[in-house]
Amino acid sequence: MRIVVCLKQVPDTTEVKLDKRTGTLIREGVPSIINPEDKNAIEEALKLREAGLDVEIVVISMGPPQADAALREALAMGADRAILLSDRAFAGSDTWATANALGLGIQHLSDYDLVLCGRQAIDGDTAQVGPQLAEYLDIPQVTYVRELAIIDGQVRAKRTLEDGYEEIEAPLPALLTITDQANTPRYPHAAGIFRAYREQEVEVWGAQDVNADEDRIGLQGSPTQVKRSFAPEPKGAGEMLTGTDKEMVTSLVQRLRSKNLI
Amino acid sequence: MDFSFAPEYELFRRMVREFAQNEVAPLAEEIDRDERVPWETIKKAAKIGLFGVPFPQKYGGAGGGEIGYCILMEEINKVCASTATVIGAHTGIGAMAFYLDGTEEQKQKYLVPCAKGEYIAAFGLTEANAGSDAAAIQTRAVRDGDDFILNGSKIWITNGDIADVLTVFAVTDPALGARGGVTAFIVETAWPGFRVGTKETKMGIRGSSTAEIFFDDMRIPKENVIGRFGAGFLTALRTLDVGRVSLGAGCLGGSLACLEMSLDFAKSRYQFGAPIAQKQAIQWMIADMATEIEALRSLVYRAAWMLDTQGLTREFSTISAICKLYGSEVLDRVVDKCLQIHGGMGYMKKFPVERMYRDARICRIFEGTNEVQRLVIATNLFRKAGLRIR
Repeated sequence: MRIVVCLKQVPDTTEVKLDKRTGTLIREGVPSIINPEDKNAIEEALKLREAGLDVEIVVISMGPPQADAALREALAMGADRAILLSDRAFAGSDTWATANALGLGIQHLSDYDLVLCGRQAIDGDTAQVGPQLAEYLDIPQVTYVRELAIIDGQVRAKRTLEDGYEEIEAPLPALLTITDQANTPRYPHAAGIFRAYREQEVEVWGAQDVNADEDRIGLQGSPTQVKRSFAPEPKGAGEMLTGTDKEMVTSLVQRLRSKNLI
Repeated sequence: MDFSFAPEYELFRRMVREFAQNEVAPLAEEIDRDERVPWETIKKAAKIGLFGVPFPQKYGGAGGGEIGYCILMEEINKVCASTATVIGAHTGIGAMAFYLDGTEEQKQKYLVPCAKGEYIAAFGLTEANAGSDAAAIQTRAVRDGDDFILNGSKIWITNGDIADVLTVFAVTDPALGARGGVTAFIVETAWPGFRVGTKETKMGIRGSSTAEIFFDDMRIPKENVIGRFGAGFLTALRTLDVGRVSLGAGCLGGSLACLEMSLDFAKSRYQFGAPIAQKQAIQWMIADMATEIEALRSLVYRAAWMLDTQGLTREFSTISAICKLYGSEVLDRVVDKCLQIHGGMGYMKKFPVERMYRDARICRIFEGTNEVQRLVIATNLFRKAGLRIR
């Protein structure tokens, strides 16, 4: 079976800062990484192979030429094939246009049985591309997956809820979005790293290669536009109550009452 | 001239750094205290190929060459010199000897499992009366039909008590001395006649085991002679030449960790109402540390690049000795300044500086003392100038 894993190259937001004046990310000197939950998705695919399934793992990403590095890392982890959708026509895509582009790429592969995405990307936090991609491909979707298995040609997944989980079964092909609860992604093997760069290749597909309609991709095909991005003003400093337990509780209750909260 | 690392090296460095931070750094204090690197850590490192980084993939290695191996030594040494020493003795000298001079059969039989980390290797040269003076070794190998019978002992052998295979140097013709009279063998520690003696307690790199080993009438098949019979001294020199570059890389890693800790500490330690970083005395130490570290970094990776692109030349032999000499002395000065910047905090066992200070000291001694490195460098230079140093 063929598993397609979608991934996004993102700035490592643990090291990123916001330019206060323009409201944009300061990208200079910030390392680019595979979006963490996309790594969980790759790991799930690798686990299915190690559980004995005969799988081909194809990783696909839409991004600038530099996203090559993220795809090579996925190859080093154990993916079999890597595709980069890269074209100026894809630039400026919102989540809908991105899902269209990824969908076209996946359809261009013709056969696929399972599509895995990370739950959400750390730079945008939208969690939209996975569901939108499932809609585009018109296949069942299970989001927030923390455990999955392929049983009798169906996928069975545990879907995380606020207060527990639900177990969902879906026919293949299906799309699942994977959370960081699912696994701990492996370190790529040292030999895999050097092989990924010296022996494997990343296929680059442009908009024309996947027969993209320019009205459905890129900035032009995006129904949403970012008007402004900004860092929210910090709220006022908190106040520490002091005194004995009783004094602190009394003071707290008074304050809540005065604000009509209780 | 291009000083950038190819992207595969960048990814490899990031992977090793994450591994070192997550899997090794939290254990560094315990490794030092308990005088052992946990097997689990060794197995984890082996599983992702860290026991065969420089060797080609056809021999089970990562194919990272000397540059990749130096990156590994740099990054592991940033967090734990003991763990780096276990990997280094295995890869950089133990298995390196039969990678450089072994037959294809020997590589298939021994290098492949070593590169995969299924076997641990060690390098047995030093003896009670022979270290820098390698010609004075007394371990004897005597021919017996198709075999050799090995008798003698080695001291201070890193990994000596945990190794599966050893590269051992023995006298095969006392009349010929070092050149022609010494042969290198691959020995399996499971063979009858192998015995581990005292395990040393050391000042630093305490988590790496340093053991005395004995050979009592050990039978070695002639297929296990490394390289030409009688050319063992050459194998030792070639192996040590290669090992010295990665030793320099390890010193680079230790030095970088010291610099980073010093910067952090100087920013957060307040005296006289300001961070001590505001004092010129501290600034000068930081500047001197960084200057020497940058020089070392260029030196180490240039030497690694020379080996990867040109092989073991005479020029490489000189530069690798310079790497070892300069690297260990830079580390010495840097770790000393780091401790000084940390003041009393640096002297306390609960901070890593104290351990790093102890770990650093061996670098001026092992794999050929710095005095021997100076000798090697001067001998090579005078040979080029037409004078033979005796």
